[in-house]
Amino acid sequence: MSAAGIIFSNIHDNNIPELTRNRTMASVPFGCRYRLIDFALSNMVNSNISNVSVVTHYNYQSLMDHIGSGKDWDLARRSGGIKILPPFITAYANNVNSLYTTRLEALKSVNYSISKITDDYVVLSDCDVICNIDLNDMIKNHIDNNADLTMAVKKVYLNKAKAKINVLVDSDEDGKITDVQAYPTSFEGEADINLNIMVMTRQYLQEVVLDSIAHNYTSLTRDIILRNIGRKVYRTYRYDGYFACINSSQDYYTSSMELINDREVRNQLFGIKNRPVYTKVRNSAPTYYSPEAKVKNSLIADGCEIFGEVENSIIFRGTKIGKGSVVKNCILFQDTYTGENVKLNCVIADKNVVIRDNKNLSGDETLPFYLSKGKMI
Amino acid sequence: MFKKKECVAMLLAGGQGSRLYALTEKTAKPAVTFGGKYRIIDFPMSNCVNSGINTVGVLTQYQPLVLNEYIGNGQPWDLDRMSGGVMVLPPYQGKNGADWYKGTANAIYQNLDFIRRYAPDYVLILSGDHIYKMDYNAMLQDHKNTGADCTIAVLEVPLSEASRFGIMVTDETRKITEFQEKPKNPISTKASMGIYIFSTKVLEKYLIDDENTPGSSNDFGKNIIPNMLNDGMKLYAYPFEGYWKDVGTISSLWEANMDLLGEKPEFNVHDKKWRIFSRNYAAPPHYIGKEATVSDSIISEGCEIQGKVEHSVLSSGVIVEKGAIVKDSVIMSGTVIKAGANVNYSIIDSDSVISENAKVGEERELAKGIAVIGSGLCVEKGVAIASDAMINDDSVDGVSAIEK
Repeated sequence: MSAAGIIFSNIHDNNIPELTRNRTMASVPFGCRYRLIDFALSNMVNSNISNVSVVTHYNYQSLMDHIGSGKDWDLARRSGGIKILPPFITAYANNVNSLYTTRLEALKSVNYSISKITDDYVVLSDCDVICNIDLNDMIKNHIDNNADLTMAVKKVYLNKAKAKINVLVDSDEDGKITDVQAYPTSFEGEADINLNIMVMTRQYLQEVVLDSIAHNYTSLTRDIILRNIGRKVYRTYRYDGYFACINSSQDYYTSSMELINDREVRNQLFGIKNRPVYTKVRNSAPTYYSPEAKVKNSLIADGCEIFGEVENSIIFRGTKIGKGSVVKNCILFQDTYTGENVKLNCVIADKNVVIRDNKNLSGDETLPFYLSKGKMI
Repeated sequence: MFKKKECVAMLLAGGQGSRLYALTEKTAKPAVTFGGKYRIIDFPMSNCVNSGINTVGVLTQYQPLVLNEYIGNGQPWDLDRMSGGVMVLPPYQGKNGADWYKGTANAIYQNLDFIRRYAPDYVLILSGDHIYKMDYNAMLQDHKNTGADCTIAVLEVPLSEASRFGIMVTDETRKITEFQEKPKNPISTKASMGIYIFSTKVLEKYLIDDENTPGSSNDFGKNIIPNMLNDGMKLYAYPFEGYWKDVGTISSLWEANMDLLGEKPEFNVHDKKWRIFSRNYAAPPHYIGKEATVSDSIISEGCEIQGKVEHSVLSSGVIVEKGAIVKDSVIMSGTVIKAGANVNYSIIDSDSVISENAKVGEERELAKGIAVIGSGLCVEKGVAIASDAMINDDSVDGVSAIEK
C-alpha cells in the first residue's frame, strides 16, 4: 500500500483576515514554533506518505519560504517529496483563469498532477487541522472496508453557533455515511463533525475530478458525496484525540491558549511517541532567562531572551522581553522585541513587531489586540 | 571528477576525552552535549560553514557510533553537498594492513588520498574539543598574505598558565622563531589553539617524512611543527581574540556551560550572523509551569519545568517536577528530575532519572567538586550522592541502570 497526500493551503483564509493578510492559512504561525501546515505535513510524513502536493491559491510566498526544499519534513526527495502547485494560468488568458473557491475546484485546477499520481490511495487534508492523527490506521480502515472515500470525524458537542460553522456527518453503526449536513442553522447536541481529512482511492479521486470537470461540479459535499450516498462506499473514521481548526480570530486565540492551559492538549499533539511535529529549523540558540525573569504557565520557543515577566503566554522564536516588562495572556510571534517596562495584556503581535520602552497595550480575552507584521510602536 | 576546492578542513574528532570520565563512557568527546542544544563538534563545524569551507573530513576513532549518527549526511550544517560536504573518516584497512590513528599527524597522513581528491591549495587542521567562534577564512587570507607554509592560530594566555600549552615565540612580523611544547619556563604567552593552515604540498611532504621516521609520535605539536621550524620553513602565528575554551575536563566543561549565562554572556550563541548549527530533534517548545521559577538559566526545546531552576543549563526534553530544585548544574537531554529532588553543582548526562527526594551534589560553596551522573542511570528515592561523586554505572548503592 502506498499513499500520496494533497493539502489545501488557502482553505478558510477569510476566517482570520488579520493573520492571513500577507500569508496563506497554511503558513499562519501557531504554538511557538509551528505553522499550521506543519500538523498536516507531519501527520502525512509520520504515516510514511512521502509524496505530498500543496495546492496554493494566492499569497503563498510565506508558505514557499517556510517549506523551502522540504528537507525539514524529510520531503526533499529524488522521487516524490513535496511539490507546491500554484494556480495554473494559461498564456493568452481569457475567462478560463478564474481562481477556485472550493476544494473540488482546487482539485479540478490540479487535474494534471492528480492524473499523474500512481499511489493507490490519496489523503486529502485541509491545512488548518491541528491534530496528531495516525493516517496509516485510517488508510488501513479504508482498505479493509473497500471504501471509495473515508472521512475523519470526531464526536463533539455543538451549540447552535458551533453547528453553523461545521459539517455534520451521519453514519450507521457500521460506519457508512448516511447523510452530510453542511452548516446547519439550528442544530444543537452531539454530532460527528467532519475534520476535513479524507482518504480516497486514487482511481476514484481521478474519476471524480474528471467527472466534475465534465459536469462543472463545484462542491465535493453537494455535487459528489450527497449525490452518490448509497451508490458508493463512503465511510467515517472516528478520531478521538485533540483536534482544533481555526474558524475565527477568537478560535485562534482560544486554541493557542489551550496549549498552555491543558497539559492533555500538549500531550496529544506533541507527546505521541514516534510522531513528532516537524517544522522549519531555524538554528536558534536555546532560550536565556535572566536572574530577574519571572515566567509562569507559558510556552516558550528557542532563541528568546527573557529579562522581564511572562505569564499565560505563547512566545515564538527569537523574541526578546526587556527588563521590567510584563507580558500576560499574549501571543508574540517570531522576533518580537519588547523594550523595558512595557506592559502587554491579551496582545497578538505578528512577526518582527517592536514595542518601545514604557508602552502599555491591552486587548481583551474576547478581542485580543492585534499588531500587524513589522509594526513599530 | 571531483571539484577542486581551495581549502579542505580536517577535523580531528578521535579524542577519547578520558578526563570527562562518565560523560565519554559511550561517546567520543566531540559528541558530548554542550550549551543546551549543541554538541562540542557543532562549533568547529559551524565555524567551517560560516567561513565558507564546505569540505570537511571528520576523523573518528574512539566510540564513533553517536558521533557518526550525529553527523549523518551533514544536513544540519548544510554540508550535504554535490561535491565535498562532510565525510566521516574512520581508520581503515589498506593494502599494507590496518592501523589505528597513531597520532594527529598520522591520522591526516592516512587520509592524504581524501585530501588529494579535492586538490586543495590549503588544508585546515582543526580539533573537535574546543568551544569558540572563529572566522577561518580570515586566517586563510592571512596565510596567503604572509606567504607562509604554515599558519598557527594562537591565543594570548596568562604567563602563569602558559606551561599548559604549546607556546609560540614570534618576531615582530608574527613569524614563529621557536616552539615550546608545554614549557616549564615559558618565554611567550602565545598559546597554540591546535588550529593549523598548511599549504598542501608542504603538509604532504612533512607527513610523509614523519611517517618514515621511526620512533616519531606522529603528532603535529611534537613532530611536524618542530621539524618544519628546524628546516627554516615559514611558520606564522595568527592571533585570535575572543572566547576559546578547551572543554577537556569536568570543571572546564561546567565553566564553559556557565559562560553562556548572564545578560552579556562571556560566550554569545545568540549571534544571528554567526549561527551555531546543530542537529534538530523536532521537540516542541518548552513549558514553564504555574509554580515554576526559572532564573539565570538556559532552557532548551521540549523541557517541562514545574520546579525551581537557577543558574543552570538544561538540554532538550528535561523535566523538572514540582518542588525539585536544580542549581548551578548542567542537565543533558531527556533527564527527569522528580518531585522534591535536589540537584546542586552537578553535571547529569542524558536520559537519567533523579528520583523523588534524592539529592545530588552539594551547594557550590560547600562542595568538594562537581558531582557527575552518567547516562541512563536512576538515582533512587531519597538517595544522596556526594558532591565529588563520579557515577558511571549501577555499581554504587542507590543507583540503578534504566532499561532501554
